[in-house]
Amino acid sequence: MPYTPHTEEDIQAMLRALGLSRLEDLYAHLPQDLLNPPIALPEPMDEDALLRHLRDLAGENRAGKVFLGGGVRDHFIPAVVDTVASRGEFLTAYTPYQAEASQGVLQAIFEYQTMIAELTGLDVANASLYDGASALAEGVLLALRATRRMHVVVSQGVHPEYRAVLATYLNAVGATLDEVALDGDRTPAFPVAEDVGAVVVQSPNFLGRIETYGALAEAAHAAGALLVAVVDPLSLAVLRPPGELGADVAVGEGQPLGNPLGFGGPHFGFIAVREALLRQLPGRLVSMTEDAEGRRGFVLALSAREQHIRRAKAKSNITTNAQNAALRATVHLAALGPAGLRGVALGAAAAARRLYQLLLEAEGVAPLTTPPFFAEFALRLPKDPAEVRGLLAEAGFHGAYPIPEYGENAALFAASERMTEDDLLAFARAFFVAVGG
Amino acid sequence: MGFCWPDQVPLIFERSRKGRRGTLAPRREADPAALFGAENLRKTPPALPEVDELTVLRHYTNLSRRQVGVDTTFYPLGSCTMKYNPRVLEEAARLFVGLHPYQDEGTVQGALRLMFELGEYLKALTGMDAITLQPAAGAHGELTGILVIRAYHEDRGELKKRRVVLVPDSAHGSNPATSAMAGFEVREVPSDADGEVDLEALKRELGEHVAAIMLTNPNTLGLFERRILSLTEAAHAAGVQLYYDGANLNAIMGWARPGDMGFDVVHLNLHKTFATPHGGGGPGAGPVGVKAHLAPYLPVPLVEKTPAGYRLVTDRAKSIGRVRSFLGNFGVLVKAYAYIRLMGLAGLKRAAALSVLNARYLKELLKKRGYRVPYDGPTMHEFVAQPPEGLRALDVAKALLDEGFHPPTVYFPLIVKEALMIEPTETESRETLDAFAEAMGRIAERGLADPEWIKGAPYTTPVRRLDEVKANRRPRLRFGHRE
Repeated sequence: MPYTPHTEEDIQAMLRALGLSRLEDLYAHLPQDLLNPPIALPEPMDEDALLRHLRDLAGENRAGKVFLGGGVRDHFIPAVVDTVASRGEFLTAYTPYQAEASQGVLQAIFEYQTMIAELTGLDVANASLYDGASALAEGVLLALRATRRMHVVVSQGVHPEYRAVLATYLNAVGATLDEVALDGDRTPAFPVAEDVGAVVVQSPNFLGRIETYGALAEAAHAAGALLVAVVDPLSLAVLRPPGELGADVAVGEGQPLGNPLGFGGPHFGFIAVREALLRQLPGRLVSMTEDAEGRRGFVLALSAREQHIRRAKAKSNITTNAQNAALRATVHLAALGPAGLRGVALGAAAAARRLYQLLLEAEGVAPLTTPPFFAEFALRLPKDPAEVRGLLAEAGFHGAYPIPEYGENAALFAASERMTEDDLLAFARAFFVAVGG
Repeated sequence: MGFCWPDQVPLIFERSRKGRRGTLAPRREADPAALFGAENLRKTPPALPEVDELTVLRHYTNLSRRQVGVDTTFYPLGSCTMKYNPRVLEEAARLFVGLHPYQDEGTVQGALRLMFELGEYLKALTGMDAITLQPAAGAHGELTGILVIRAYHEDRGELKKRRVVLVPDSAHGSNPATSAMAGFEVREVPSDADGEVDLEALKRELGEHVAAIMLTNPNTLGLFERRILSLTEAAHAAGVQLYYDGANLNAIMGWARPGDMGFDVVHLNLHKTFATPHGGGGPGAGPVGVKAHLAPYLPVPLVEKTPAGYRLVTDRAKSIGRVRSFLGNFGVLVKAYAYIRLMGLAGLKRAAALSVLNARYLKELLKKRGYRVPYDGPTMHEFVAQPPEGLRALDVAKALLDEGFHPPTVYFPLIVKEALMIEPTETESRETLDAFAEAMGRIAERGLADPEWIKGAPYTTPVRRLDEVKANRRPRLRFGHRE
């Protein structure tokens, strides 16, 4: 049988040691009505047949150059990322409860926490969360705990799926949520009421526009609320970090750092906060400490915040997070360094700007996003974007994600440093055909 | 025996030298001020390490050598199902990594078909009628499942009175934490002398104030709740929904189904039962199956099969909404799908039975070496032992590291003092179990004879016991923090 080492002799000897004769006897104490239900599953396959089958399935998908975004884009990933992240010691470990035998994962998390704190310009980051959307939900719940308030205001510029997840989490605890509509492609100034615990803004926002939210942060603080910023981690190589713009909590989707598109997952979410909010953080935290002989070592810290200690009083129920995806980001950031990361970020933004200019030349296409934007932008198309997306796909491109919430025939585009001038021109040609026909 | 460890590894930041460059990435001529406006530019770059690629590779390779995993070591961590992760699953997942979640549905039919079929397999294995693959981990699945139950009661106008979730005192910590996140009050139900839920005590707690019961079966003592049918019947009579924590499904996979036991909601940990790797703390996946009456409340999107192909359904009036962006941890779903296709029903049942056989066999070996098993019923895929009188679980765990084994889960479940929760899984050989038992025997013998020795363990690991008090009093959470 696959992946079990037992010979028939082993099984017989082990059963005998237990005074049993058949494997079925191990289930003899279960209610007999429950046993051996009829279950229809396909017959087992060998490894080669499995891969043939999966290649057939993958063949039912259509590959193409990806000009789609929503916080998940086709960025360059150094080969060394795969090499490290697929090492069995990292891949097949559990959460590092036994610190003495888990220094590898623990130190990698410590390095990751440092890198996220650096990128966001905030004091401390946790070990990772599931994705950008649940990271936002956790960040807002954190702000509500810290302010002891139950009302949240969120900009329409925040990713629609993140807002949806936030609504699910807030509904669960009975907190209320208001949305502020975008004014064009930007979040307008608005008064913050005294009952608001968290104000949420995203930059670059869902339409790609870079938001300057310093004044909003001041308004939030004046009302006793916290500012939660949703950020694109790659953009922080070149753009002012949330810590500098007055954010108390920064969250986001980590995919652009070393994780492939993967049909949307697994990726990781990140969260960073000011020092004063440290003990409100959900999930794992790794601290540097010393061992009995004074040597430096790393250990899970402040676990009194967590579910396995605090149970119903925990800051969150999270246990398993997204360590291997966060490790990919750690290696990615180390391999690129500050100069490499800046090059990638500028390359992506420059490609997006070039694509924007090209696509605007098509008749009937109007900008919904105005510069400055980062790697994504929205356009109003002269026809249904779903149809345009389908036509582009037939030409070997994936682009024009319909975003009807932001206006009739609104569509989202992205570019990355991986696209050459020829790629951009080829996409633009296919786009002209798709919107013109 | 023991491990072979590399020496102290500096932080990647300590290896940084100004001007040193790593991997050459694609770039494009660009003027940042023209692109973004000078006022939006970062003044000082983030202090990321400046290192060459070989240094990166050596650094993380050497870090990995200060880490144990299933690939290096027997890892009998109770409740975590640390079974072997077949490598073909990694190759399977790579076949799909180029897809973007916002592609036209017509271009991702293979991926959607895989999701649909995986859902059908998991429904068949759990006895459920509908399923979501969205949740990113077990605890995320728990939250999803409890929110589904909450929406059901709300829809029936009963949420205002049903404010309580019951959990056994042996439950995983995530169960009460989840209930609290969903706005419920948590009440604990005691276990009986056999380690199963005290059915009479549970019945006394039942009533119109109770929304749900969360149970793990087999429970965290490794014991199958033999009165499960009476339990679920009594709960349903009181209008209470039954939640199955799937952390321990490995024991009964294919042999018995939560749906047939009367459970209304099930979450699965694909990174446990279905052989996808745990990654040092994720990413995992926590699909949630429900009975038909709860199907309308499942989160969106759901994959639907139509005559024209597979499609994503987002428009469902009673849905709890979204719990994660995009389509969940799709890459983990591919691995679970591949695992099920490799094993088939007979393979899964045999894996389950061998996980039970291994655990029972190991339990008997440990009992012969002085370890106590306070709830020594017909345990299944795991069991909870205590060290011989006079030894502490933590000390035994640390001494195991010097023997070259990852320790069991310690101090859980909470109802057993000095608990060692041991789950060997089906992928370990009899020789490994024998060697582990021998090591446990040596530790017990020497530990009792030489208390100072065992209190000082481990001796051969890259670091000795770490000062956790210091880490908690004055946490240093990044390079340069509080220096």
